[in-house]
Amino acid sequence: MNRPASAVLIVEDEKPIRRFVRAALESEGLKVFEAETGRQGLVEAATRKPDLVVLDLGLPDLDGVDFICGLRAWSAMPVIVLSARAQEPDKIGALDAGADDYLTKPFGVGELLARVRAALRRVATGPEGAAVVRFGRTSVDLGARVVTRGGAPVHLTALEYRLLAVLARNLGKVLTHRQLLREVWGPSYIEQSHYLRIYMAQLRHKLEDDPAQPRYLLTEIGVGYRLSAE
Amino acid sequence: MTDDRADPDELLARIRREEDRAGRGRLKIFFGASAGVGKTYAMLSAAHELRAQGVDVLVGIAETHGRKDTQAPLAGLEVLPPRVVEHRGAQVAEFDIDAALVRRPACILVDELAHSNAPGSRHPKRWQDIEELLDAGIDVFTTVNVQHLESLNDVVNGITGIKVWETVPDRVFDQADEVIVVDLPPDELLQRLRQGKVYMAAQAEQAIRNFFRKGNLIALRELALRRTADRVDDQMLAYRNDEAIGRVWATRESMLACVGPQAGSERLVRSAARLARQLGVEWHAVYVETPALQRLPTAQREAILKVLALAQQLGARTATLTGQSPAAEIIDYARRHNLARVVVGRGRARALWTGRSITDRLGTLAPEIEVIQVGIEDVAPRRARAGDGAGQPGPKYGGYAWAAAICTAATAAALPLAGRLDLANIVMLFLLAVVVTAVRFGRGPAVLSAFLGVAAFDFFFVPPRYALAVSDAQYLIVFGVMLAVALVIGHLTSGLRFQARVAGHREARTQALYEIARELSGVLTREQVIEIGDRHIEASFHARAVILLPDAADKLAAFDANPQAGAPAVDLAVAQWVFDNGKPAGFATDTLPGSRVHYTPLPAPMRTRGVLVLEPEISRLLLIPEQRRLLETFAALIAIALERVHYVEVAQGALVRIESERLRNSILSAMSHDLRTPLTSLLGLAESLAITRPPLSAAQLEMAGAIRDEAVRMNALVNNLLDMARLQAGEVRLNRQWQPLEEAVGAAVAAMRQPLAKHTVRIDLPADLPLAEVDAVLFERVLCNLLENAAKYTPAGSEVVIEASTQGDEFRVAVADNGPGLAPGMEEAIFEKFTRGEVESTTPGVGLGLAISRAIVEAHGGRIWVERGRDGGARFVIALPRGTPPALPAEAGRAA
Repeated sequence: MNRPASAVLIVEDEKPIRRFVRAALESEGLKVFEAETGRQGLVEAATRKPDLVVLDLGLPDLDGVDFICGLRAWSAMPVIVLSARAQEPDKIGALDAGADDYLTKPFGVGELLARVRAALRRVATGPEGAAVVRFGRTSVDLGARVVTRGGAPVHLTALEYRLLAVLARNLGKVLTHRQLLREVWGPSYIEQSHYLRIYMAQLRHKLEDDPAQPRYLLTEIGVGYRLSAE
Repeated sequence: MTDDRADPDELLARIRREEDRAGRGRLKIFFGASAGVGKTYAMLSAAHELRAQGVDVLVGIAETHGRKDTQAPLAGLEVLPPRVVEHRGAQVAEFDIDAALVRRPACILVDELAHSNAPGSRHPKRWQDIEELLDAGIDVFTTVNVQHLESLNDVVNGITGIKVWETVPDRVFDQADEVIVVDLPPDELLQRLRQGKVYMAAQAEQAIRNFFRKGNLIALRELALRRTADRVDDQMLAYRNDEAIGRVWATRESMLACVGPQAGSERLVRSAARLARQLGVEWHAVYVETPALQRLPTAQREAILKVLALAQQLGARTATLTGQSPAAEIIDYARRHNLARVVVGRGRARALWTGRSITDRLGTLAPEIEVIQVGIEDVAPRRARAGDGAGQPGPKYGGYAWAAAICTAATAAALPLAGRLDLANIVMLFLLAVVVTAVRFGRGPAVLSAFLGVAAFDFFFVPPRYALAVSDAQYLIVFGVMLAVALVIGHLTSGLRFQARVAGHREARTQALYEIARELSGVLTREQVIEIGDRHIEASFHARAVILLPDAADKLAAFDANPQAGAPAVDLAVAQWVFDNGKPAGFATDTLPGSRVHYTPLPAPMRTRGVLVLEPEISRLLLIPEQRRLLETFAALIAIALERVHYVEVAQGALVRIESERLRNSILSAMSHDLRTPLTSLLGLAESLAITRPPLSAAQLEMAGAIRDEAVRMNALVNNLLDMARLQAGEVRLNRQWQPLEEAVGAAVAAMRQPLAKHTVRIDLPADLPLAEVDAVLFERVLCNLLENAAKYTPAGSEVVIEASTQGDEFRVAVADNGPGLAPGMEEAIFEKFTRGEVESTTPGVGLGLAISRAIVEAHGGRIWVERGRDGGARFVIALPRGTPPALPAEAGRAA
């Protein structure tokens, strides 16, 4: 999996954090570039063309959302943002702007590496993702629009299927409430987050062994949802 | 179509009327022609019916006069104990309004609407007590006889010859929601009277016997029935108006009543009120003060002011005008206010030399105005001019002395010239003395001067000199001319001086208003407003004044911490009443008029801002309508200044709060960043050690793990401290959204997987649990804290159960364990900051988690507590209000 050619750009103003993130990534055999400011980070991203960006949201010179928008103008490379607790609005802003995942400071090295691996794997499978997504005993055939669990077909309503399909196409990626509501219900529903929560609960009851302790349809509290295959 | 459309103002007035009525109690009057028709009995019977329907009825006071048939129905009704008052050495039982307001029944019975309360009561009249009860939203039943209606007082007097002193304003009767006529034919009434079933005060028995003559009773009965019919008429009119039957308000129809100094003015005012009511028009009452009337004794002037007050009570707008000619002033006022009818009294007063009455003069001056004459000569003899001159200003006597002195000087000047000048020229000197006296000292001294001058002239100059004999009759002409000159000039000067004085007063009032408005416009603090207000009121009203302001609980307190010696004796209870009711009280009002102190509210647009208390030195000043209006304007100006200052303070407070919040937030986020960055590095570096190559030894790995664990603990501590700081800083901004509790519980359990690794977690949520409106992030924090607590204080292998249920309009979420439980008595203490379950414990963690949880739950409007669970474990319960969840999205159950 760990192709030696993969390169990661760290945009972070705190040197000690840069240092250990670099150490962790290099231990995985990844190539690492560093940038201390947002502007420098954009230049580095354009010149070095890394496969992934780890971005701190507390940069002194540039807002995280501006950085991501600047990057997304020309590249779809995955972005993992680092943020402090009690910064939910910043996280949501960054995810809405196109970030793929987030980590809350302080974070463990193991967690960081898991997220980086997952993001790189998504790049490897291509932009469209797999036609069949499997998690646990469930498999979702996005082409045939068929959901089975342990081999038996599962009956989903149209909206439940659309919600599951959006999550499956973005396997492992955090999707905010807004993104999901817009994708599934349409732009005029982005304030109706209880719709989403109710349908999510219904999906869990149909697809999880213990809906109260989900293993695949994960809640990112205050932010959104993620479908995890692990 | 367009004609049917109601005038918007009229509609608004109607809505206001209905709103007023909505909050107000309903008044039901049992109306009779005379005593003994059974009003009280009828009222008590109605009360019994209400009580049978389950209404909370209270008998406030019932005048049963010890009669058995009236007392009997009292049985079974709750009766308010009367207030016993000492009056003229006798014990008088009075209605206890304060007790009634405290008791607050749905309906109260208060007998005898026209009753006058004993001196020292809150209101002089019982009908005012009833108004207050109605304002408080309590329904009232009461009784009244026709002769007690203010406007019919004279008529009844004319018929029966008995003057009734206890009267009720007609508007009380007209505004009653229901009037029930209690009627008894005169023969039956007389029968009852003979049987001794009618109450009579012993001392006036003979007079009352005269009253109960059959003729009288028939007339009174007719009056009562007609008055009720009038009322029904008015109601019909009001209904027609309400129901958008358009009608132009005939302002031109309005009326002006001219109050004169005569004794019958009261009667004039009552007639005018009656007339205005019958015509359905508004009316004004004015009094024209001429120089002649200015010289009236104080008692009589106060009587006139009282008549004006009566007019106001009967619904008139009142004013005092000043001028030389009453007719001209009245016409001027009528034209300015668009009044088409003028009501004057037909008295004996006629101008001295023209012989024309005021009616003639009004007719000549303004032929277009309708003049109505009302007979006002009282049956009673004209009031004796007792106490004449009691209030006369003093310096007059000085004027007479000066008159004598000037005459003496003229004589002294003329004596040496006696031989050399013609007598005609010497007379000129005396004439000069008369003119000087008249100009300087007015008419009286001038007349004296004329007499003295003629006497001196006669004695010293007219032959035979040094004798008072007059040889030639032509000197009588000299005398007459001098007297006429004295009178004419004296009259003119006193008129001029009067005009100047009136203009001076007017100027002073305008000046006072200008001054206070100018000074108040610049103030920035309440102390300044009060200082300026006090100073100006003391100057303009010759009164000692105090301004009382309410505190945060709307209770009045003297603003001045150390009142001066001369401050008025303020009764805080009265002041509070004035503040609460927004009505003036004390001297010169209807409420507690016996007091020497006047209380007036300070009305500002938003609310009443305080109470102005003043004790006038010259009490008459407050009775003059213009002065009252000046006082009201002062009060309004002070109130507006206070309101402005209040809002300045509010705005400043808001600014400070915004500023401090901004500062607090920036400090918190800076701290959060500065503390977390090294922690993140510490944790990351410690974990990096574990993956370095070549790998660390087992001992080194353990040390790296310990560094990591400590960093995690430190982080938890920092998180708690920052959370607590945020919550304590005040407004926690909740991001409440409707969500299934299952999700929050699941997220919390997932987040706490590590600490709970050695425990069994069981989640027990009913499938039909409705959505809860919570801030997901904060609510997860609460659950995490509770789970962390359970993990910390129970041994490994214990079971932690999360349950939820609905109880009434609440959600209950419980986190229970089967551990050792809490030490008794700690149930509340553990929610305090920095308290832990066990006093001596090695368990890490500062006791902030539960304090944070409580703060969050309370911000959601809920409660959190701990109780003993099964097996003696601790059971933390969160109760949250359920609210009304939004409608669920509907979807056709189409399978994919």
